[in-house]
Amino acid sequence: MRSHFLVATFYDPDRLMNALRVIRRENFRVYDVYAPYPIHGIDKVIGIRKTRLPWVTFVVGLSALTFALLMQFYMAVLDWPLNVGGKPDNSTLAFIPITFEATVLLGGLSIAAAFLFRARLYPGKKEQLIVDGVTNDVFALVLRKRSDSIDLRHARELLKQNGANVILEKEAEL
Amino acid sequence: MSAVPVTNPSLSASRRTVEPQTLPLPRWVDGNPTLGEITDDIAHPLEGKPGKGWWICFAIAFAALLNLGGMVTWLIAKGIGVWGLNNSVGWAFDITNFVFWIGIGHAGTLISAILLLFRQQWRTSINRSAEAMTIFAVLCAAMFPGIHMGRPWDAFFIFPYPNQRGPLWVNFRSPLVWDVVAISTYFTISLVFWYLGMIPDLATLRDRAANKIKKIIFQVLSMGWNGSQRTWARYEIVCLVLAGLATPLVLSVHSIVSMDFATSVIPGWHTTIFPPYFVAGAIYSGFGMVLTLLLITRQTMHLERYITMRHLDKMAKVLMLTGMIVSYAYATEFFSAWYGGNLYERYHFINRATGPYAWCFYLMVLGNVITPQLLWFQKIRSSVAALFVVSILVNIGMWLERFVIIVVSLHRAFLPSGWGMFYPTKIDIGILIGAFGLFFTCFLLFIRFLPMIAIWEIKGVVGHGAHKMALSDDRAEMEASHA
Repeated sequence: MRSHFLVATFYDPDRLMNALRVIRRENFRVYDVYAPYPIHGIDKVIGIRKTRLPWVTFVVGLSALTFALLMQFYMAVLDWPLNVGGKPDNSTLAFIPITFEATVLLGGLSIAAAFLFRARLYPGKKEQLIVDGVTNDVFALVLRKRSDSIDLRHARELLKQNGANVILEKEAEL
Repeated sequence: MSAVPVTNPSLSASRRTVEPQTLPLPRWVDGNPTLGEITDDIAHPLEGKPGKGWWICFAIAFAALLNLGGMVTWLIAKGIGVWGLNNSVGWAFDITNFVFWIGIGHAGTLISAILLLFRQQWRTSINRSAEAMTIFAVLCAAMFPGIHMGRPWDAFFIFPYPNQRGPLWVNFRSPLVWDVVAISTYFTISLVFWYLGMIPDLATLRDRAANKIKKIIFQVLSMGWNGSQRTWARYEIVCLVLAGLATPLVLSVHSIVSMDFATSVIPGWHTTIFPPYFVAGAIYSGFGMVLTLLLITRQTMHLERYITMRHLDKMAKVLMLTGMIVSYAYATEFFSAWYGGNLYERYHFINRATGPYAWCFYLMVLGNVITPQLLWFQKIRSSVAALFVVSILVNIGMWLERFVIIVVSLHRAFLPSGWGMFYPTKIDIGILIGAFGLFFTCFLLFIRFLPMIAIWEIKGVVGHGAHKMALSDDRAEMEASHA
């Protein structure tokens, strides 16, 4: 879906942050900010909720832990007990290392996969760059024009006053 | 920023107050490169033609790799009798190399995960190459148990898969099984961590690629990354979670490797100190190898601006610390052997220091006990040449440590009638050299085709006003609200 955007570019993240605060004070909603590196503290200014991705690791890790323990118990105790040096079939403590590794492996892979899924990144996806250089040295503040309710002229003015380099309107798919 | 302590002369000396000071932020990149210049500097070696030095190194490494291929083929065709193994010494160069390479693989995760959790900014210049090194080292390590099996085509038997032999499952009480699981997990998680960390940089390279084929490759690899802060916010949390997972993982891997030895009853192996001792040794040897590689790449690829003397100094200090932990473990081993009163254990340690392999022991002490002490001196920590020599000595010392633990313990275990000597054959030595060939071939290809310094992380610690990246979110906000 293509939408209409107002894009302001900056060369300096401090100026960008400043402009962001002004824009937010005037009750504009920020669509997103594009930058070559993560700017800390920006999430709250533009109202990004804290990600819930760590829960994926927690749930999958817990499941992997249970699964690995049960699997070893089933294999070593129920299905085919092996007598190795007279050790008990159910050597739970000896099952811990594999349980731990399985927890870490599946917990780690799951959050990586969940991240790619949530951020809609996949191999070969055509990149949608709002302006050139956002992966190099340009910071772009983007407002979305949903209806006529947003006063673009006012927004432009505010951005200009607060050190935006280039301000342009653009139709794009982000 | 740098407030001078102010004293109020009107107050009496006893009530004198000193205003809190803010220390200047450490600078981890020399000069004041702009964000664009950082990209240019790091992408430059990937875009030009490699120099003569690279080709010479590559030719040597590749020749060693070809040699590895030939040696391994010969080994598999003839059986492991072509090695110098015998009834007394059933593990020698193969397992020594295995433990050595796994140890090398530990520094990468330490730098990228543990130092990330500790918010150490200096890691940003070295984490990418250290992570790559981890992956290549684990690759080398994983090869050795495989070829040591004698029937490598049956290697998959070690995994508990439903089979038609019962199903007969693997023995989950065996550290050798834990080892396989731990190393596969470690390799997978390191690879994911490394690749995920590289996605933003691959996008940067994609957007500046002049060549069409390069552009397509980077396009596929960078997964459509566009620098959105929403994605960045999630991305950083994901990296943090992965670091949190990788930290206990890295400690577990070498602990489990050490249990291959510690759970047996051979004198010299049967000690409870092994897990922490092996982990410290792994970090020590890993840092030694990181230092060797970084010093070479720094000098040949002119990255002095990003890998500064201050980075080398920090690394030397970590090397010194872990070296001293290793030395302490050596001393504890000897003390326990004497104090424990077990005759076999006591004989083993006397034999270690005076027996036929004593020269290995003393070379090991030179590399791992004496060498790290040199790093007390600022003169040595600030000299590239001296650090290079130190790092090579560390590598040699740590290889010998594993040789001493494995071969010296086995060659005279309990019954004198079972004593013997181990002498490496040409194939042993060829495979030792070949593993270095595999490692360096991979590493040279890496520095040629992928960004060896994390571009986005460097920008984060250098960028204008971007020092906040290293601070916690709360502090960044506090600073922002003061501004």
